[in-house]
Amino acid sequence: MHFLNYIWLIPVLPVLGAAIQLLLGRRLSNKAVSAVSVGLPGLSFLWALGCFFQLLSLPAQANHTFTKVLYSWLPAGAFHLADGSLAHLNVYVGFQLDPLSSVMMLVVTGVGFLIHVYSIGYMGHEGGYYRFFGYLNLFMFSMLVLVLADNYLMMFVGWEGVGLSSYFLIGFYFHRKSASDAGKKAFVVNRIGDAAFLLGMMLMAVTFGTLDFLPITEAARGGRFAVGDGVITAICILLFIGAAGKSAQIPLYVWLPDAMEGPTPVSALIHAATMVTAGVYMVARSNALYVLAPTALALVGAIGAATAIWAASIGLVQNDIKRVLAYSTVSQLGYMFLACGVGAFGAGIFHLMTHAFFKALLFLGAGSVIHALSGEQDLRKMGALWRKIPTTAWTMLAATLAISGAPLLSGFFSKDEILWQAFASPYGNKLLWSVGVVTAGLTAFYMFRLFFLTFAGNSRVPHEVEQHIHESPSSMTVPLICLGLGAVGAGYVGWPKVLGGSNWFGRFLDPVFENPALRPALQHTWNLEFGLMLLSVGVALVGFFGAYRWYAKQPGIAERVAAAAGAGYTLLLNKYYIDELYDALFVNRAKDLGSALAAFDLGVVDGGVNGVGWSTRMSAELSRLWDTWVIDGLVNVLAFVVKVLSYPARVLQTGLLQSYAWFITLGVFIFMVYYLIYF
Amino acid sequence: MQFAHDHILSIILFIPVVGMIPLFFISGENKQATRWWGNVVMFVDFLASLPLVFWFSREAPDQQFKFIERHNWIPSIGAQYFLGIDGISFLLIMLTTVLGFLAVLSSWTSIQERVKEYYAMFLLLQAGMLGVFMSLDFFLFYVFWEVMLVPMYFIIGVWGGPRKLYAAIKFFLFTLAGSVLMLLGILTLYFRYHADTGLYTFNVLELMKHTWPLNLQYWVFWAFMVGFAIKVPMFPFHTWLPDAHVEAPTAGSVILAGVLLKMGTYGFIRFSLPLLPQASTNPRIVKVMVVLSIIAIIYGALVSLMQRDMKKLIAYSSVSHLGFCTLGIFALNPHGLQGSVIQQVNHGISTGALFLIVGLIYERRHTREIKELGGLSNVMPVYATLFMIVMLSSIGLPLLNGFIGEFTILQGAYEVSWRWAAWAVAGIVLGAAYMLWLYQRTMFGPCENPKNQVLKDLSFREIMTLVPLVIWAFWIGLYPKPFFNVLDKPVNAIVERLNPDFFKAAQSARAPAMSPPAAPASLEMPSHAAGASH
Repeated sequence: MHFLNYIWLIPVLPVLGAAIQLLLGRRLSNKAVSAVSVGLPGLSFLWALGCFFQLLSLPAQANHTFTKVLYSWLPAGAFHLADGSLAHLNVYVGFQLDPLSSVMMLVVTGVGFLIHVYSIGYMGHEGGYYRFFGYLNLFMFSMLVLVLADNYLMMFVGWEGVGLSSYFLIGFYFHRKSASDAGKKAFVVNRIGDAAFLLGMMLMAVTFGTLDFLPITEAARGGRFAVGDGVITAICILLFIGAAGKSAQIPLYVWLPDAMEGPTPVSALIHAATMVTAGVYMVARSNALYVLAPTALALVGAIGAATAIWAASIGLVQNDIKRVLAYSTVSQLGYMFLACGVGAFGAGIFHLMTHAFFKALLFLGAGSVIHALSGEQDLRKMGALWRKIPTTAWTMLAATLAISGAPLLSGFFSKDEILWQAFASPYGNKLLWSVGVVTAGLTAFYMFRLFFLTFAGNSRVPHEVEQHIHESPSSMTVPLICLGLGAVGAGYVGWPKVLGGSNWFGRFLDPVFENPALRPALQHTWNLEFGLMLLSVGVALVGFFGAYRWYAKQPGIAERVAAAAGAGYTLLLNKYYIDELYDALFVNRAKDLGSALAAFDLGVVDGGVNGVGWSTRMSAELSRLWDTWVIDGLVNVLAFVVKVLSYPARVLQTGLLQSYAWFITLGVFIFMVYYLIYF
Repeated sequence: MQFAHDHILSIILFIPVVGMIPLFFISGENKQATRWWGNVVMFVDFLASLPLVFWFSREAPDQQFKFIERHNWIPSIGAQYFLGIDGISFLLIMLTTVLGFLAVLSSWTSIQERVKEYYAMFLLLQAGMLGVFMSLDFFLFYVFWEVMLVPMYFIIGVWGGPRKLYAAIKFFLFTLAGSVLMLLGILTLYFRYHADTGLYTFNVLELMKHTWPLNLQYWVFWAFMVGFAIKVPMFPFHTWLPDAHVEAPTAGSVILAGVLLKMGTYGFIRFSLPLLPQASTNPRIVKVMVVLSIIAIIYGALVSLMQRDMKKLIAYSSVSHLGFCTLGIFALNPHGLQGSVIQQVNHGISTGALFLIVGLIYERRHTREIKELGGLSNVMPVYATLFMIVMLSSIGLPLLNGFIGEFTILQGAYEVSWRWAAWAVAGIVLGAAYMLWLYQRTMFGPCENPKNQVLKDLSFREIMTLVPLVIWAFWIGLYPKPFFNVLDKPVNAIVERLNPDFFKAAQSARAPAMSPPAAPASLEMPSHAAGASH
């Protein structure tokens, strides 16, 4: 069977599931819903595996790249490029599988399938079961279109699609206002990034005459553009704003913590493992452009590092288990951008891959905890769950160790590669590296804080809830164990040279990230790299012991420290008041402007129209008065004059025979008198 | 068959008119028969327009205008009965026959008073709109343009809401004021043509071949502009629209938004640009038109954000969406124009459907106040789903229709100036904000109002009024190629007329890409020298 030729089945299978659920789901039993909506993504995972192995067996000179064009989608006619030549913009529905997209594809289908399985148990008792799976399938479709597209516009289709499914799923509990608010916030903040992405695409279209990845990469590597080219820099910055929206980087990260309003499997799949990494994928996909734009790279690196430490600092003090993980996600995404920013795209994708395992696991584990505690999410009301839900606890421990960078677990390999690249790459510097190292310490601290507050110490669970604590069903624990294996072992594919490995993962991705500029700079001493590795492990240990001392050994210290920190603690607890700031600066100002313009529209613009109407009516009224009193008045006056003047004559015309006889008599008499006198 | 083929336009045009006649013989008491007849006539008209879909691309591929019918009408003044369509009018005619039928179908239960007159007015309106898109004779065009005003006036004024008289008169007078200026423009061209050639003709194709003095072009452009801009409506001529929409019955709003507004943009594309190419490409004029378009996009969206009445919100969103259409037109390049026409069709689909959706809830609750609603997805899931799809198409989500139009327009605008695109993109962000907020406030949340808890979900007929539009929205979103194909030729012809060098080889030294492409240097000459022919 030729899997690659039918690569379009990979996204189409889940969308079939979505269509079935959203059109007919209400009439299906929960069993049928799960069979369809978990089965189809499962099939798509198998198909993806088939494609992956066929891709590996492609001849080497093809650079492990396969494209499949289905049909012409947007044949938008002729236009002029920036250099004045005439081109035709024609965007196809096409799929591209290369090492980069195959990694993404496997992560999305693999982790996605596990989370679908988990959802069977987690959502089993919720209303709208079919709706949930329909949206989840829709998400899988969009994400797969995003990573498998062979051009930017198709990628944008997936990009918007994942935003939409995320909107649906965050707002899944739509009768809760906070949930639908969060969904709307996510969508609108993302749209700000999308607007920049759109502009970036248009600039690419007028620069390259196409939106397809391969020709653009070829043109960028072909020497047509100098390093530091202004247009390329503009494209890269616009794309990065888009990426910052989707991947929750400063200043557009504010939607992600609120997105935790969604059901927990959604947080795991969309807001940790896959969708939020789309920005990293997009920057990595555009690596040929970014290496031409050192300014943009520096921006990516700086924003990434700043986001990493900023979000980690907020995560230190949050009390909602999912919010800690949300800020942790923002922080880890910062790491990935930091890697991209120093030109180490492969390291960024490596961390993306390992992060998908341990972060999905952390969220699903948190979901399992919440499930066990009948919906409780507050860390202050947990504790001592270690023995009560052991599978969850063990897998969570694996994930916590992995994210903290414990040696020989997956996160250790990927994080250290990023830190090393930040230190040694020609695009990197000591500042970025030291921010990364400090963040690693903070990460270990807040993750173990979470772990100890949940599983260790004394139970702070209310009594009535404590009665019902139970381990989750196997549909939930099996995915936890699978992801746990990933969290431990996923890093081995990138076992670094410094520890005697060969970094197979990095070499596999190399054809996509062909960047000669980076090669010589990475000549380094073994001692230095190994020393830095030890240093970052040491920093993580400091974080671990801090958390251990404060939250496991002597609980109570934490409150005293918090009280001593005073304003600083409040500032962190309230997330630096960024939401309030944005509301004051943008949201409320937009609403005010809307109200003001609505009033303007009613008063001035429509007022003008009504004014014209009014003045027409008034001038009509004046005309009427003029007509009645002046024009008609003149006529009437004339008539009156005639009437007055004619009065004597009219008085005579009475029509009475007697008076006429009388007048005749009078006339005769006057005549006779006249005659008698003068003649 | 041959006869039907040769006279297809007349057949489509006169089915509604002929269909009016039997209405006079149906008793006014017999509402059911009247409804059936009205729906059947509109459906037959839609069916009659379907062959166009199959014949269009095969018909006379080398001709710009197809299915031409031409007869003398008033020989003494040179007016002809002259019909013909190109890809642009073809799409708008299909939009008219589909929306016309759906609008009439949606009126089945909502119109209970003066039923016979209502259907008669709708049939007359349909003929007027179709005539506007088919006419290639200026006189005939003007007749249809005015004919369609009258039934719309009555539809708003008789079957409208509480302030219907105000709205109807405002609509009529506002539009009439523009049309009269447009008529002046038409007559100017008519007499000037006679002065130059000794012939009296309203034939648009002949007038297009003529070279008009620059000065005259400017005057006529502004005369046309006022007429068309009021119809579109462009900022600041838009205030008749919210009133007319709020007061009009549902079907009236659907047609008003779906088709009537397109006559303005169609006028720009069909008449202003090709007849007056030098005026239309004058950088200063382009600047005015583009700035007005961008103001409409952002202003309409911001005003929408704060509306309390659903219909008013959608009316203002139309101002914003039509801003994209005019922006695309005055990008004056193939992408802008193609995108504009596609967006006109899209707006007809999406906003037409949105008005149907508001009408469905109005019929049940007799209110359009957003705060009266809320949580409706609990009681009306089918309604909520359809509303969701239509809303997504309106905010330009990829794989639905709106995205195709918006992206192509923005691309066209970007090719002229990145600033235009950057401003217009703000409208996309705001568009998502006001539509999602509307949806959240009406559909999500708990359903607390007892009046809303007993609402019935949609009936089969009601679903059927929306389904064709949803299918069409997906079609354009997934496979817009046929639409681009029919637009390719007419749009390129217009661009070539505006800028004969556009399709020439690239080597010719061109202005830097960021300056307007369609502005030959000769246009900068002072206007007093314009009397001489070019």
